[in-house]
Amino acid sequence: MGRIAKIARRTFLVGAVAAAGGVAFGYYQFKKPVKNPLKDGLGEGEATFNPYVKIGSDNTITIIAPRAEMGQGIMTTLAALVAEELEVGLDQVIVEHGPASAAYFNSAVMSENAPFAPWEHSAFKDGFRSVMGAVGKIVALQITGGSTSTVDAFDKMRHAGALAREMLKAAAAKEFGVDAATLKADRGTVTDPASGKSQTYGELALKAADTTPPEDIKLKDRKDWKLLGKSQPRVDMRAKVTGAPVYGIDVTLPDMVYGTVKMNPRLGGRMKSFDASKAQAMPGVIKVVEIDCQFGHGLGVIADNTWTAFQAADAIIVEWGDAPYPAGTAGIMGVIDAALAAGGGSALREIGDVTVAFADAPQDKLIEASYSVPFLAHATMEPMNATAQFKDGRLEIWSPNQGATITRFVCSNVAGLDQDNVTVHTTMMGGGFGRRGEMDFSGYATLLAMAADSKPVKVTWTREEDMKHDLYRPAAMAKFKARLGDDGLPTALDAAIASPSVMRSVIRRNMPSLGNAPLGPDKSITDGAFNQPYSIANQSVRGIDVDLKVPVSFWRSVGNSQNAFFHESFMDEVAAAAKLDPVAMRLKLMADHPAAAKAVEKVAAMSGWGQPPAAGTAKGIAFCLSFGGWVAEVIEVQDTPQGIRITNVWAAADVGLALDPDIIKAQIISGVVYGLSAAMGQEITFKDGMVEQSSFPDYEPMRINQAPQFHVEILENADDIGGVGEIGTPPAAPALANALYALTGKRIRSLPLSKEVKFA
Amino acid sequence: MKLNVNGTERELNVPEDMPLLWALRDVLDIKGPKFGCGIASCGSCTVLIDGVATRSCVTPVGTVTGVVTTIDALEVNGVLHKVQQAWLDEQVAQCGYCQSGQIMSAVALLNEKPNPTDAEINEAMSGNLCRCGTYPKIRAAIHRAANGGA
Repeated sequence: MGRIAKIARRTFLVGAVAAAGGVAFGYYQFKKPVKNPLKDGLGEGEATFNPYVKIGSDNTITIIAPRAEMGQGIMTTLAALVAEELEVGLDQVIVEHGPASAAYFNSAVMSENAPFAPWEHSAFKDGFRSVMGAVGKIVALQITGGSTSTVDAFDKMRHAGALAREMLKAAAAKEFGVDAATLKADRGTVTDPASGKSQTYGELALKAADTTPPEDIKLKDRKDWKLLGKSQPRVDMRAKVTGAPVYGIDVTLPDMVYGTVKMNPRLGGRMKSFDASKAQAMPGVIKVVEIDCQFGHGLGVIADNTWTAFQAADAIIVEWGDAPYPAGTAGIMGVIDAALAAGGGSALREIGDVTVAFADAPQDKLIEASYSVPFLAHATMEPMNATAQFKDGRLEIWSPNQGATITRFVCSNVAGLDQDNVTVHTTMMGGGFGRRGEMDFSGYATLLAMAADSKPVKVTWTREEDMKHDLYRPAAMAKFKARLGDDGLPTALDAAIASPSVMRSVIRRNMPSLGNAPLGPDKSITDGAFNQPYSIANQSVRGIDVDLKVPVSFWRSVGNSQNAFFHESFMDEVAAAAKLDPVAMRLKLMADHPAAAKAVEKVAAMSGWGQPPAAGTAKGIAFCLSFGGWVAEVIEVQDTPQGIRITNVWAAADVGLALDPDIIKAQIISGVVYGLSAAMGQEITFKDGMVEQSSFPDYEPMRINQAPQFHVEILENADDIGGVGEIGTPPAAPALANALYALTGKRIRSLPLSKEVKFA
Repeated sequence: MKLNVNGTERELNVPEDMPLLWALRDVLDIKGPKFGCGIASCGSCTVLIDGVATRSCVTPVGTVTGVVTTIDALEVNGVLHKVQQAWLDEQVAQCGYCQSGQIMSAVALLNEKPNPTDAEINEAMSGNLCRCGTYPKIRAAIHRAANGGA
């Protein structure tokens, strides 16, 4: 333990989170097996083999997929990992999220945060990754994020399936009086080919659960896979085409009451005074509750239906305190700009000697550019909500969340309860994109439940409350500088990127006792810029942590979402200045990284790159390596009388190993649409300390009439399995901006693009 | 007041200005229509009133005189509506939250125009937002349903 804490404290912010988390959650010994949480809830005739598999005597087979389903198809792919080895079809199983438990820790999400480029291996770096992975177990982080679910589960959930299969075979072997190795397991039945005897898993389950699991289990060869590597029908699809009540907002409980919140829109500001007399007099209003906690200050309303709660909240008159940041966008961006100008920061990449490389650079070999991006909201389709019941000293919470164990931890703190007295049910969610990794909505539901006379209360936010009380993708500004060599290729790249730290903001909210402790550099400030597979002899990429108290958080692809825009726009500028083709230039710089070069080659071929464009059209390219996914995108734009139209998007995505090609393709398209929506027209601005946007009309996402044609290919050249859910997003904005440059000759260095061009 | 919803006459005792969406969801426990914005800008709450796609979040329940159909009643005796089946076949949904609204808008579109063009799909469906970006599959599913499932 000493060593883990030492490395983490000394160097890296995420390590500090882990060390702090260890204190907060209680340390688990890494080698000590964690208790199977399914053991407590077994019904009559049910047996559990490990935290992922439960089989009933009636042949009901339940697979636990302990990552939150927010649209990314994770329930299906995780279930397929178990089912593949268990030798059952997905049509034979029930898939559930399961309880919040240390058994479902995510070690990949910690390893992913190691501050090295993914291709960099050394004894120290791999050691650090494995230490960080161990930390994931120690702090029991059951997190869905960082595009890590399949990476984390790939071995352990196949193992869980194989282990159960072998236990079932061992029980059958005893029944049939034969060697288990001679038996065949298929579609939920164990058969003895010699005698023709067979028993179903249901018949064997209770006997099998008592057998000692074999020590040495061999996983199936890839060539023998029946489910993995092939597109599966999603296990959640039927529920979702029938309008089934699967989301947090659909939770219905006996005697349930309804609530909403009205929090200070000057984020982090306090409440000076309020007058709720009108609200309290409204028919159907049960109670107005003051909220004063780490997530915000304001009021909650409990009523006998949601609409009445909304009406009542609207009728409360409040005098709000000031925001702890400049009141307007110009002032806020001024703080970031000043921090960038002041320089400094911490470098996660320092290669060669940038100072020397630029010292004698002639003006015609120098390229410099500055960029900026705005704050962004997540705007999930399902507004924030959670349902909670506080009764007899116990808290039960139904929450659409991306972090079940942290939800339990934070809500137990809010309620002043021991974690053992808190039960978290994770529902499906109507979009997450990182927003539901936050704990505010669960915390508020907890506080309202404590005022609800033991009744369950479902707390739903209005869209306006959701938009104005998001934890935003940070605004960021960057300065990039390159020196060209005689062949036009860059020999030096110097970049500085300034933005408020996501990790610091997350810690302030969720572990307030840590306050402003010095936490070291936040990788997310430069993620997507410091770790890209371009071989440039001299490189310096510095991140500047801007002290700004606008609450910021994880937004689909996190730092990559802004840094790919900076980096890839700049690479396009370098190519233009050097009069090089942007694809040809990338292929030269990526020669040391075949997965990157092949993705660029593929997307160039798919899109007909280099062929003369149709009249009034142009293409742009961008690349980003994020979360272990190597993604190149080409976007085609067309000048029409109504404005600029995005006509085609081609994407080549290398994920190392494609567990479900159709789900991956859908995620790439999803990531691109999310990225394009933001790049085209979305920004969060401030006035009088409050977010100015309130709903979709002033934070407009892409609609079907704007959606381009998509062409996606999945590649498997990379050495390691990579993530999927976020990797489509980063290249979208720069590919579009680069296409606009190719079309119009105008370089746009600030998002959203709609400030400069009109989209059809 | 009375409300004819999904083939049943229901008795309601709520304020007339309560939006139909909340009467359905919180009072009648019909959870298919979803709350997305409350201002008719996202389409998640779409229901049919006498066959016409309607945003239930801005429709006062007291003004509703027609027959209300929500996604909850599209499936009959375990058989999916052809639009739902097309959605299943095309594997449209991701988070799925907007899809009840998308499906109801598509049902209304196909009732009016059995074989819509892409432009007609844009016209009818652009009021329904999807943050997961399922638009290409929505388009494909509408064409599939129009072509009798092929």
